[in-house]
Amino acid sequence: MMARLLPHPALSVVLLLLWLLLNNTLNPGHILLGGALGVIIPACMRNFVMPVPKVKQRIGLMRFTVRVLVDIVMANFHVAKLVLGPTRRLSPAFVEIPVSITDDFVLTVLTSVVSLTPGTVSADVSDDRRRILVHTLDAPDPDALVAEIKTRYEAPLLEIFECSTT
Amino acid sequence: MPIWIEVAVSLFLLFGSLFALVGAIGLFRLPDFFTRLHGPTKATTLGVGAIVLGSMIFFSSRGDGLSLHELLIMVFLFITAPVSAHMLAKAAMQQRLPRVDRTRGEPWE
Repeated sequence: MMARLLPHPALSVVLLLLWLLLNNTLNPGHILLGGALGVIIPACMRNFVMPVPKVKQRIGLMRFTVRVLVDIVMANFHVAKLVLGPTRRLSPAFVEIPVSITDDFVLTVLTSVVSLTPGTVSADVSDDRRRILVHTLDAPDPDALVAEIKTRYEAPLLEIFECSTT
Repeated sequence: MPIWIEVAVSLFLLFGSLFALVGAIGLFRLPDFFTRLHGPTKATTLGVGAIVLGSMIFFSSRGDGLSLHELLIMVFLFITAPVSAHMLAKAAMQQRLPRVDRTRGEPWE
């Protein structure tokens, strides 16, 4: 019964929190309405929701989030420097990165993180999900970039989420 | 409103505007489509982030309780910005847009 009413409990809680944040209130009426939305919306979207793998290490996830946020701030300064400096010295590149993440959700997280951090935008994912194509604003050494993304973002993601590596 | 809150809010607003400006300058100065993608997707996340922080401090200090709905702006921006950048890059590769000569590596067809 519970499983049928709430197929995705975490999603329901997120929707409730979202509703309360949108209205900027803790009014009981809004809590009730948000709770109702948390039940109705997942029920309607049952077939579209992407399965999210279990989080194995909560502390690891928190540490990863903080690292990404810090990296985003640093990336902004770095990109600002590149943008305002002489653009003729930039060496942009398309870099292929082999990935060992097989889960679609985790792969989405990885590409999003890559897009949000230092001068890199993920441009494509190969059909077999084994490589991603990244465009970098300034990469004097593409191999170092591949190594950095693999150790800094991919390895922790593989540890945090319960997913098979191939 | 205490003076130090006013100072903090103004600093955040200035800082945010500065980064939004850098994003716009990047859009104008960088040589090709792919490099231009970097300006708006990066510099603006911090620009909007700082402005949102300033707004949170300002409205929270007016005594109507904590103002947190600005956080949603950040959350949605962080979820959607990479997706739109990814789609733009993909479309640009399909259109075979010109790229600066010194770009190394090949885009996929």
